[in-house]
Amino acid sequence: MIEVRELQKNFGRLEVLKGITNKVERGEVVVVIGPSGSGKSTFLRCLNLLEKPTSGEVYIEGKNLMDPKTDVNKLRQDVGMVFQHFNLFPHKRVIENITLAPMKVKGESPQEARERAMQLLNRVGLADKAQSYPAQLSGGQKQRVAIARALAMNPKIMLFDEPTSALDPEMIKEVLDVMKDLARDGMTMVVVTHEMGFAREVGHRVIFMDEGKILEEGKPEDIYNRPQHPRTKDFLSKIL
Amino acid sequence: MNLDFSIIKPYFNLFLVGAFVTVKITALAVLMGIVIGLFVGMGKLSHFWPIRILCGAYVEVIRGTPLLVQIFIFYFGLPQILGVNIPEYPAAVMALGINSGGYVAEIIRGGILAVEKGQMEAARSLGMSHNQAMRYIILPQAFKKMIPPLGNEFVTLLKNSSLATTIGFSELTRAGQIVAGNTYKPFEPYFTVAAFYLVMTLGFSRLLGILERRLAVSD
Repeated sequence: MIEVRELQKNFGRLEVLKGITNKVERGEVVVVIGPSGSGKSTFLRCLNLLEKPTSGEVYIEGKNLMDPKTDVNKLRQDVGMVFQHFNLFPHKRVIENITLAPMKVKGESPQEARERAMQLLNRVGLADKAQSYPAQLSGGQKQRVAIARALAMNPKIMLFDEPTSALDPEMIKEVLDVMKDLARDGMTMVVVTHEMGFAREVGHRVIFMDEGKILEEGKPEDIYNRPQHPRTKDFLSKIL
Repeated sequence: MNLDFSIIKPYFNLFLVGAFVTVKITALAVLMGIVIGLFVGMGKLSHFWPIRILCGAYVEVIRGTPLLVQIFIFYFGLPQILGVNIPEYPAAVMALGINSGGYVAEIIRGGILAVEKGQMEAARSLGMSHNQAMRYIILPQAFKKMIPPLGNEFVTLLKNSSLATTIGFSELTRAGQIVAGNTYKPFEPYFTVAAFYLVMTLGFSRLLGILERRLAVSD
């Protein structure tokens, strides 16, 4: 589903990703952990070309992202993304946040898009907020709308960039519950998060990144209970 | 004190017509300024450097030279090059519009930059093209941030339109000149002119306030 080979990304002279090679299978839930500045967000953002890799190859369902002939807008329809700071469109109502892209990008009829949006709002438990503006929602509600917005494009892959890091503690669960539900449904997911409970419950694999490299990866229980690399041990000892 | 405002009365229509003309050329210049400003402002944010440089130069030249001189170049200077006279009316509108475009460009650029970066990213991540993201996501939000400075710019433009009297264009200030000349009393007509301008700018500010409140519903 996703294949990354020798992915490198520099910001000016700063090397953020120093050769990442990895594969994510269909239906797999991969959790990426690592200290801040380790390049995990940049790695995620390279998977839908929000960052342009400096070198290396990224394949999404066999399509090479680095090929100039690849239609990036088309590809992004298959790769949903959820951001740390939600990035809802503040000038649009909740329902419009969700229906806008399906209508403008996919050409869905307003009725079609609206029906699908209401389904998704039901799924994330916010059907009653359809007519609200983002400013009227709590952080947890915003993030659930953001997930619904991404799902409205019927993506094959979902990327989550620290989806609960900006939330008050009591709102983290409601967002994680939606994500777990999605994972159990068979969505292919790459999730940058420190939520160990999420990783243990629905994660298939945990990747530990540090200084632009993957240092260790494995099953969640192995990584959390028996980390091999000293850096992983050190990192986990600080966050647990 | 030898003030006598009754001398204004016979000329009141002249002031009204003058005010109307002032509003008309300002409105046209505003329209022109917005169109130019939109292109130049976005041009300054272009990834293509020749466009960026060109638009940057436009803004610098407009802001770096006096409006009065710009009007003179249009009205007196251009005919020398083009070989045809430009009447006062189009000359005034064009000079004001092109001038305003430079300032509006900076306001629009600032408004776009003030929209959070994550908005563009979210829009693009949903598969929208750059243009779609601009049109549906960035510009509507930027517009809201632009209203107060745009309001300032248009009030300035309304007042600056009085410079068109220098090329003999008949608008509100010109009406004051005419009445002052006829009556040999300058205070009353110019005071009246000032009052007219004030009424117009206050009315405009009011309209803008309403618009701002309307657009604030999502906040």
